[in-house]
Amino acid sequence: MTKMWTTKSFLTKTKRGNIIKIVREHYLRDDLLCGSGACNVCPHKDDELVLEEKPESICTLFDYPHYLILDTNVVLHQIDVLEEDALKNVIILQTVLEEVKHQNTAMYQRLLEIINNKKRRFYSFVNEHHKDTYIEREPGEKQNDRNDRAIRKACAWYETHLSICSVDGKFPKIVLLTDDENNRKIAVEEGIVCCTAKDYVENVTGAIGLIDKLSKNVIPETCSRDALYPAHLTPSQIHEGIRNGKLYQGTYRASRDNFLEGTAVVNGFEKPILLQGHIGINRAVDGDTIAVEIFPEEEWRRPSDIVLEDKADDPGDQLEEEAVLLKVAEPVDKSDEEVTPTGKVVGIIRRKWRQYCGILMRSKFPGAVRHLFTPAEKTIPRVRIETRQSDVLAMQRILVALDSWPRNSRYPLGHFVRALGPIGNKDAENEVILLEHDVPHARFSEAVLACLPPNDWTIPEEEIKKRVDLRSECICSVDPPGCTDIDDALHAKALPGKTGDGLKRYEVGVHIADVTHFVRPNTALDKEAASRSTTVYLVGRRIDMVPDLLSSNLCSLRGGEERLAFSCVWEIDENANIIHTKFHKSVIKSAAAMTYEEAQIAIDDKSRNDKVASSLRILNALAKKLNRKRLDNGALSLSSPEIRFQMDSETHEPVEVAAKKILETNSMVEEFMLLANISVAEKLAAEFPQCAMLRRHPAPPPANFSTFLKAAKQQVR
Amino acid sequence: MPGPDLLSSQGLRLDGRRPNELRRIQCKLGVFTQPDGSAYLEQGNTKVLAAVYGPHQAAKSKSLQDSVVVNCQYSMATFSTGERKNRPRGDRKSQEMSMHLRQALMAAIKTELYPRSQIDIYVEVLQADGGAYCTSVNAATLALIDAGIPIKAYVIACTASLAWKDGEPEPLVDVSHVEEAAGGVVLTVASMPSTGAIGLIEMSHRLHMDYFDTVLSRAMQGCKDIEVILDKVVREHLAEGWTKSDDAITI
Repeated sequence: MTKMWTTKSFLTKTKRGNIIKIVREHYLRDDLLCGSGACNVCPHKDDELVLEEKPESICTLFDYPHYLILDTNVVLHQIDVLEEDALKNVIILQTVLEEVKHQNTAMYQRLLEIINNKKRRFYSFVNEHHKDTYIEREPGEKQNDRNDRAIRKACAWYETHLSICSVDGKFPKIVLLTDDENNRKIAVEEGIVCCTAKDYVENVTGAIGLIDKLSKNVIPETCSRDALYPAHLTPSQIHEGIRNGKLYQGTYRASRDNFLEGTAVVNGFEKPILLQGHIGINRAVDGDTIAVEIFPEEEWRRPSDIVLEDKADDPGDQLEEEAVLLKVAEPVDKSDEEVTPTGKVVGIIRRKWRQYCGILMRSKFPGAVRHLFTPAEKTIPRVRIETRQSDVLAMQRILVALDSWPRNSRYPLGHFVRALGPIGNKDAENEVILLEHDVPHARFSEAVLACLPPNDWTIPEEEIKKRVDLRSECICSVDPPGCTDIDDALHAKALPGKTGDGLKRYEVGVHIADVTHFVRPNTALDKEAASRSTTVYLVGRRIDMVPDLLSSNLCSLRGGEERLAFSCVWEIDENANIIHTKFHKSVIKSAAAMTYEEAQIAIDDKSRNDKVASSLRILNALAKKLNRKRLDNGALSLSSPEIRFQMDSETHEPVEVAAKKILETNSMVEEFMLLANISVAEKLAAEFPQCAMLRRHPAPPPANFSTFLKAAKQQVR
Repeated sequence: MPGPDLLSSQGLRLDGRRPNELRRIQCKLGVFTQPDGSAYLEQGNTKVLAAVYGPHQAAKSKSLQDSVVVNCQYSMATFSTGERKNRPRGDRKSQEMSMHLRQALMAAIKTELYPRSQIDIYVEVLQADGGAYCTSVNAATLALIDAGIPIKAYVIACTASLAWKDGEPEPLVDVSHVEEAAGGVVLTVASMPSTGAIGLIEMSHRLHMDYFDTVLSRAMQGCKDIEVILDKVVREHLAEGWTKSDDAITI
């Protein structure tokens, strides 16, 4: 193959502010494939023919076979449409792929997933390195314009390439989808068939619900007619304002009780800035990074105590009276200590919109397509969506994405993403909880499952040889009842002889399931576990961090089974002073897997004198001494009572809630786990002082208590 | 460690090469008349000049009874990187590079032929865009050949790195600056491809043993590929030289 060679050069600014010129090589190739089944020139292998030879047209606007090429703005805004199975035979240009990656990593990941799904027939074409489609940026040309030109160039190339390479003179045409008016205009002049994503999707036949997923991305500041809200400042105005101290940057937090009130924490002010009313909040949504202008001190108000909910009926695009709110907020006395710095939102620096769960409120007019959506999260305003399936969706929990909030719209605009299930259904409601808290809960992928050992895995002989054999020790585990993922176990025994001070000596060990033996670094399993990072417990359901085979079998230290563990073994004297610590990998065989209650009974039952009971008694006695020491050392003891749900054994419905009983054995296990953590932390800090990562809780700032103090004060009155 | 995305989902590198492709190589022998041998070599945007003086009589204090003294000097031009930076001769980095150069070249030069003599090799990096050391070794080899100093074999240096594609390791040959700066491991090998001997090997970061062999073999393959290209240029240059000297005789 031959390569052509060119260089890209551009100017960039270093951290110190120097301007430097960067020159990069850029190779152009002639061995890149077009991916089309209608081409007999490119040396495709069978699995590289992604695009169909005779793609069936599903759009009435273009009733001939065609491939779609998407502009970046279409991918960024209409990803929900693309994720539907309806659109096929789409060409994603590298220019677009890179722009998407640069602008939004989450979108990029979703796009990659679509491309990797062979059934979807999305072909990613490397136009930037193809000798016929690469273009150089012209002097004075903006990067954006250059990319648009590259996209048009690729469209034109495909058109001619397919016409030359066709077998029988019939070849698929190219349709460019772009929402950029300027790009569309030039494309038409150049003879490229193009249309907007909206026009295309609205004329698609045979895909119900596709239109609902269209994002309504109007540019919010352009709708100045009938504007309800003041315009936001432009990014450069905001930047200027922040730099000369007139504006402040903060994160908007909506009030849970009053939809017309919110706060923003801003540097330089001890109290959060109060933002009130439609105009004061000016289309900020909980979590957004905003620019705030602070009023002069005489206009400062105090937070209202009233509860204000968005009215149930749809008032249309007008703002209601805010007199109630503002009168309450008017400070009676200027010296009132509740008076807070007050301001208004003048611009949005970054939206932090995600997808929201909630329910559809059907419009009062039958047959209407515009409806309101009420999110489950109270801090999120209601959203206007368009759907033709409101009869079905009204009974469902649905997921909605926010698109934009134009000045002339009372509510933000969004679109329907998917239905989660009927309202009140346990699974649907569980799904809502998981989605709202961003808990990854999809099934484990094939790649992850491929990392697992076989179901009948046993410890190989050579692995046992490498480890310390503790199978003969009397090790037991103590966990809550019904626990299947037993990750820790303990043992204790008296040692012969006494210490120098004449105290008794004990050997105590904590054994943690050795998950690292199964989860190797950088495997798919490792990455999945890292992204989940914890096991989530719901009532009656558990979302595992690692697949079931590991979490409740191979890495669960079940009674009577040989398991791999990581052990921390101490020599401890009678007064719970550590004499010696060692760490090693081991093989253990738990003698008993007990519940807290069982362990407590074993300790209390004077008649029991077996090995398990006596080691539990040693542990319990030592734990009490350790606890005392820790508290004397200034440890903070936080008690948060845990609750347990009693489940109906047949229907799996929760029937009762009870506070968990706290037994001595609870704190016994806790104490030794803490001791193991402390010993490991000390060892890490000693061995790897440069990179040991140890956690420390700084003292909480007094401002965190202000809400609590306010509430407490009212109790006193 | 799965480094940053050095390979696109289509299997191309940031500059459009495939993992096993070298950068563009352009070179010229005999660029100067003053030194006994000289060469100019470009590997992509890395550009290096090399000049060789000698063998000539060694200074008394340095001279060795049984072999030649090889003296290397590596330096980088002020303008060789994006940011202008004055690099005084003999700073730590260039000293280290000089020593590494010497080590690689000593492996090839038939040192026993010139007792009590000295060979001076000067290398100047005009533009650095990754793999400056490799290009320097290769340029120095060409300059030695141009000077007519007997060597056992071509000594060629090449780098290799490791990228990840779909969770599978994929070694990259001839690493550019962007790829170097991305933070992955860079393995530098100076070898004599025709004999398989390794004159110098260096690694920038830690790499798991499991992947070492694949990265090393990719670097060695890179050395072989470069040798083929350089050998062709040397032969062309020599052929040109014959015709020219013929002319000189007839005049």
